[in-house]
Amino acid sequence: MSTAEAVATEATPIEGLILTVASLLHGVRHVAVGASSPIPGAGALLSRALAEQAGEPAVRLSILGSRRHNSFTNGGVEIFDLIGQGRIGAFFLGGGQIDGEANVNLVGTGDYPRTSVRWPGSFGSAYLYHLVPRVILFREEHTRRVMVPRVDFVSAAGPRDDGIHRPGGPHAMLTRLCLFDFDRAKRRFRLRSVHPGHSVEEVRDETGFDFDCPADVPTTATPDAATLGLIRGRIREEIGETYPKFAAELLPAAIT
Amino acid sequence: MSLMTLDQLAQQIPDGARLAIPKDDTGVPMAATLALVRREVRGLHLVCVPVSGLQADVLIGSGCVDTLETSAITLGEFGLAPRFTDAVRNGRLRLVDATCPAIYAGLQASQKGLPFMPLRGIFSSDLLSHRSDWKPIQNPFAEDDAIMAIKAIRPDIALFHAQAADRFGNVFIGRDRDGLLLAHASETALVTVERIVDGNLFEDPDRAGSTVPAMYIGGIALAPQGTWPVGFGGGNPDADWMRRYIGAARDPEGFRNMLESLAAEAPWATELQAEGQPA
Repeated sequence: MSTAEAVATEATPIEGLILTVASLLHGVRHVAVGASSPIPGAGALLSRALAEQAGEPAVRLSILGSRRHNSFTNGGVEIFDLIGQGRIGAFFLGGGQIDGEANVNLVGTGDYPRTSVRWPGSFGSAYLYHLVPRVILFREEHTRRVMVPRVDFVSAAGPRDDGIHRPGGPHAMLTRLCLFDFDRAKRRFRLRSVHPGHSVEEVRDETGFDFDCPADVPTTATPDAATLGLIRGRIREEIGETYPKFAAELLPAAIT
Repeated sequence: MSLMTLDQLAQQIPDGARLAIPKDDTGVPMAATLALVRREVRGLHLVCVPVSGLQADVLIGSGCVDTLETSAITLGEFGLAPRFTDAVRNGRLRLVDATCPAIYAGLQASQKGLPFMPLRGIFSSDLLSHRSDWKPIQNPFAEDDAIMAIKAIRPDIALFHAQAADRFGNVFIGRDRDGLLLAHASETALVTVERIVDGNLFEDPDRAGSTVPAMYIGGIALAPQGTWPVGFGGGNPDADWMRRYIGAARDPEGFRNMLESLAAEAPWATELQAEGQPA
């Protein structure tokens, strides 16, 4: 087998993340994807394609920044109105810092307001984190700089036992190393799987908070040949409408 | 109708005004922003609806802004906004950090003439400890159901770019519905447009429903491609210019050079000069 063929039949780490995102969305009827989120966007498109193939109910996608996958006609508020009504089943959040109780910081490090490092800001996180049933924390970087014992500023607060109406919350966290589930009652992450080529020790070394860990941690599933073909064909084309640079540079094209 | 030059439009915005501006892609008025910088406006309270990018960075870098009310400032795929980041680090801004739906809720309250709008979420966020205009209240229709009251946001002026205006002062916004909310919620709206159309927009059934009536509009200026280098109507930002800006605007001198480049390279500059207007 030539090198080119070997590369072509093996999933890249990004293609693995796209499959994992799709698996986290299984059964969700309407997925919304925020700005600057090519991998969650590709995962959502894959989840829709896989549901179609399996004859499952149609998945609706609202991808911000897309013309084709965006049917909003009431301005920027419409996504938040849909979320308020419970019409959006899943959404993605990043985070400059994330702690073990799933608090998310999108504002900066140091003492607010004169933070020494300032990030863009909280966007819609403080609202949607309470309301979207399946919020998936997605942050490729997995280091102690990001995964901290306690965030410096809480943009969006993880679940609390405070009697506040909170039908939604964190569901899972996906990084370049691994996949965690989040237990909302225990308010703790639990390691679900580690991606190929990485180890539980590496996850521990790079994580600044405690998490639950089963005795045997499986390896994260990777795309089979048929799914790889789907990602490199249809999904690459579809995500390229919103993220042309990502599709061209990071996703290999299908071998024809 | 109230058709004016960009500089006349900028004169309508006094120092210290509470100025509402739209998010990227929904009509960021860059030509008007340069006119504001030229007139050396000071002490603005910017209300970003609900976020901003290059426009806020240019106004902050030019010393026009005292108070920044926003859910985020970002140049998107190009990176962090350099003048915003520098101003925060040096404590030169009064920050009013928000979350997107709360800014919409505050404007919707103003649109309806209400003192506040209730909103879910927000509890336990550190945003709340810095906001005296967000207060928990009890849902009067349920037991033990706390909900956040968001005080109305009433901008003095909304400033945005739109596709077209007619000679009666009506403004066609198409699908960019935030323009309607901005106009309804603010004392008045100042708008730059791609073009002036013949006839009355309300006589065209395809456009009437996406038109802001003249009663909300305080002034209109012609500025073809007036959002450049920010995208508009599905068009992409000028990636080359944005990359140059990110690199250069980290220091004040580089920022001033980029402002000069913005004025010199802007597509509206040549078109307006041909009509005898200052760009």
